[in-house]
Amino acid sequence: MDTDLMLKVYPFFLKAAWVTIELSLLTTILGLACGALGAAARLSRLAFFRFLGTAYVSLFRGTPALIQLFLLYFGGPQIGIQLDAFQAGVIGLGINIGAYMTETIRGAIIAVDKGQTEAARTLGMSRFQTMARVILPQAARLMIRPLGVNINALIKGTALVAAISVVELTYTAQRYIGSTYKPFEMFMLSGALYMVIIYVAGRAIAWADRKARIA
Amino acid sequence: MNDKTPFLDIRHARKSYGSLEVIKDISLTVDRGEIVAIIGPSGSGKSTFLRAINDLDPLTGGEVWLEGTQVNKKLPHRQYEKHINQVRQDIGMVFQHFNLFPHLSVRGNITLAPKMLKGLSDADANKLAEEQLDRVGMLDRIDFMPSQLSGGQKQRVAIARALAMKPKVMLFDEATSALDPELVEEVNQVMKKLASEHMTMIIVTHEMGFAESVCDRVLFMDQGVVVEEGPPSVIFRNPESERTRNFLRKHLEGVRS
Amino acid sequence: MGLDFSVVPKFMDVILLGGLWTVAITVCAALLSFFGGIFFAVVALYAPAVIRLPMRAFEWVFMGTPLLLQLFLIYFGLVQVGIDLPAFVAGVIGLGLHFAVYNSELIQTAIVAVDKGQMEAARTLGLSRGQALRKVVVPQAVRDVIPPIGNNMIALLKDSALVSVIGVSELTLSAQLAIGRTYRPFEFYLVAAVVYYIINLGMEYVLRKIERRIALAR
Repeated sequence: MDTDLMLKVYPFFLKAAWVTIELSLLTTILGLACGALGAAARLSRLAFFRFLGTAYVSLFRGTPALIQLFLLYFGGPQIGIQLDAFQAGVIGLGINIGAYMTETIRGAIIAVDKGQTEAARTLGMSRFQTMARVILPQAARLMIRPLGVNINALIKGTALVAAISVVELTYTAQRYIGSTYKPFEMFMLSGALYMVIIYVAGRAIAWADRKARIA
Repeated sequence: MNDKTPFLDIRHARKSYGSLEVIKDISLTVDRGEIVAIIGPSGSGKSTFLRAINDLDPLTGGEVWLEGTQVNKKLPHRQYEKHINQVRQDIGMVFQHFNLFPHLSVRGNITLAPKMLKGLSDADANKLAEEQLDRVGMLDRIDFMPSQLSGGQKQRVAIARALAMKPKVMLFDEATSALDPELVEEVNQVMKKLASEHMTMIIVTHEMGFAESVCDRVLFMDQGVVVEEGPPSVIFRNPESERTRNFLRKHLEGVRS
Repeated sequence: MGLDFSVVPKFMDVILLGGLWTVAITVCAALLSFFGGIFFAVVALYAPAVIRLPMRAFEWVFMGTPLLLQLFLIYFGLVQVGIDLPAFVAGVIGLGLHFAVYNSELIQTAIVAVDKGQMEAARTLGLSRGQALRKVVVPQAVRDVIPPIGNNMIALLKDSALVSVIGVSELTLSAQLAIGRTYRPFEFYLVAAVVYYIINLGMEYVLRKIERRIALAR
């Protein structure tokens, strides 16, 4: 193993790791927003919204994230969407993971006992009040762990933006593999950083989960 | 093997988990064709004792011999595995919860071991399955899945599965305890039939009536020891020990009420 | 620039051939991940520590890093040690191993959950531990996790797009080829997406059928 080389190039990997972290955070935020909207649509009383929600989930989970990303980044300009690679990465991956989060959030809401809705409605609360004050607070606890699984997948999924030349961890590894012919060393460097990021994210989610359970 | 060698011979069986002794020096010999019932309160060690006979729950002391072969021989791991797999083919066992293989049909359950271990051809194994199922009155269910059978039917298939290995002795570990009352009789009938065919059987049971009518000998176990043993007429009608009397009084009341 | 789908038919054969390669790589990698998953699961549960622990580390790394990165490692790593595999084979190995690790997690849980009485009954008949695992315990465990394994296979189909990056001429790379000739990325990526979606629907259909058959056999 060429440790000298690894010591020489690791600052570049550290810098790239920050890009991966930034991507992950922004994608998580956008994904959660899409997921919340998607879940609201899927649970709507209006058939039209339900259809939109279902179509969103089906199309974005039914095709590769890479194709979605290419369509947005390379195809976007043809329909008037001009984005730089980083923006396209965040938006493409965010909308994609949002489809998965839609199902997670919807699942958690459905998992709250039906008796809770009935009890709240019996007290005279409106549908909206019931959802906001009774169902969602309970569902929020249930969804933290499965959303954590989505976020774990998302962090690894940010590697896809290497294919549109965003200089993050995987792109950096690929570049240095090409120039140094040391694939194993470069994999070690970038892999270790991914595992650190995923570990920290996992701890944060476990912490949030514990908090929610105590509250 | 001379005529003096007992058929099944268990010598000074002991078993403990740490400091907890569950079997305290039990010896038992069983003749070929003999039917022995083991009764006793739950936690008396009777199931553990039964499961020690085929080394499923290995003893911590003592020896088990079947027809001059030591079952629980101390051997290096590999040799022991080879030895025990051979010996177990001679010792059939029927469990409280049937333990049929749910992913295999009734036929598959019965033919699996004969095909794997005795090298039977598909045709021979099928014939064997049909014979054994006929013996327990389940031939018409040969292509059912276990999930399609009632508890009593499952247990009869489990008995046929054990019989298909042509065992020298059959062990029954509370074979009817998990069954609904109305399904107990069909399993008892099968066991009675085996008794009439002089199958050697050791039966752990809660059913005193069945034990009395079928068995040649009854052991009453409590707290890891055999408190009393003898012919059913003595044990059930005229037991010597106070503990046996107490157990039977409670149990028979429970049965009658 | 606008959209112009009139160029699509001319390249439809290229796209469809790419679709076939996508199906081929998905099927091969799915088979590898299925049997590899069973193998990894049995090793992880029953092998001696000298094999088990490196195995756990391997699983840990595979679950903690991106598939794309793993593909680069396998493709370029093998070249470096003198094994020049065709991209297709490298892609199958990369995808297959990656999903084998995920399948192994599922199968391990299922093996542990199989009733202890099943092993006992098999051992009582005289089957060795290995025979009992092979014929009794593992088949039940695998049957129990067919639905989540199926979901992994569908994820595998979509992740198969990544092997375009190491030069496997499957659907995504075929679309890129057509784009290189026509400069019409939106049109061809959309067509590729439609083909993926159809394959995806087909896989879901087959999976539901298998699930129903298993449910009936219970």
